[in-house]
Amino acid sequence: MQRLDCLRSIYNRLEDCLVVTIMGAVATELHSLGHRPNFFYLQHAMGLASSTGLGLALCLPYQKVVVFDGDGSVLMNLGGLTTLARYKPANLVHVIFDNESLLSVGGFPTATSTGSDLEALARGAGIERTSTVRTIDDFTKGFDAALRANELSCTVAKVEAVGPKGYVTDLALLENRFQFRRHIETLQRK
Amino acid sequence: MPVSQTNSRVVYDALKSCGIGLVSALPETWLVHLIRMAEDDPEMILVRLAKEEEGVGLSAGAHFAGVKSAMLMQNHGFLASVNGVVSLAQLYRIPLLMLISYRGHFGERDPWQTQGGSATESVLRALHIPYTFLDDPAKVATRIAEAQTLAYSSLHPTALLLTRELMWEEA
Repeated sequence: MQRLDCLRSIYNRLEDCLVVTIMGAVATELHSLGHRPNFFYLQHAMGLASSTGLGLALCLPYQKVVVFDGDGSVLMNLGGLTTLARYKPANLVHVIFDNESLLSVGGFPTATSTGSDLEALARGAGIERTSTVRTIDDFTKGFDAALRANELSCTVAKVEAVGPKGYVTDLALLENRFQFRRHIETLQRK
Repeated sequence: MPVSQTNSRVVYDALKSCGIGLVSALPETWLVHLIRMAEDDPEMILVRLAKEEEGVGLSAGAHFAGVKSAMLMQNHGFLASVNGVVSLAQLYRIPLLMLISYRGHFGERDPWQTQGGSATESVLRALHIPYTFLDDPAKVATRIAEAQTLAYSSLHPTALLLTRELMWEEA
């Protein structure tokens, strides 16, 4: 299963969500499918995409928030899983693409390649709705169910360690940041 | 406990006057009353963290959502947050209002706090984070309001160091 196919399979479900991604392949691939003002790509600060999503979800409880995370980033902020579980925002959908690799720096294997199980860590942290998926069909069905559920979820999607050739997009970081903030302001005026 | 409840209230009321709607915190002795006040306040979103760096993400999310936030942490927590401060708050111009208890400075009796005390201000300066001290209860409200004003006008972190003078009452 490839991450780009996963993202493509649910891209049209993201229109009404606020989406936060990690840096690297996840950001580049989602951007390649078509940028939208409700997408924020956190192009550094590994580990903090889920914390940013938690801040959004707690402050905007009627807004669905989707975080596209990765194994390398989650491993840098395992405590963040316990914070998510502690507050259990019902409007937050946490997806972790686990390619068992720090792909963008040359493909160094992470601890998930030697048996660390992110779904078990999420469940152990206290997140009740967790799953691990390995096919596009399961990913799509799981994502749709997670979006419909009024409950914090964590889906670990096992994907191949392949990604785009480069990671820099034509969207400046600050342009993305101000556009995202402005988009939420517009939503709040509606 | 000789942590000043009175001055903790002064700090908390000042945060409320600034329209703070979300506080992220990791407990430390000097912050216990402040955190309890946030917990008892039905209008405040209090997020208890596992590690202080998460607070940068929480504040970024709150800012995107149009909610003003503050981070409560010990100076060692600030030191633990540096990458998040640089590669989220500074990279993306997120205003942060950081209230940092200044442990390990003059009067510190706990040996384990002392190294952090000597590093705090130099790290703030290295990161070009404007900071000042909360030492006089009469000036707390003004300084917090001014720090918040600068954080928003500059879209940058600002810091207030909670001093022993303000937070600690010798028994």
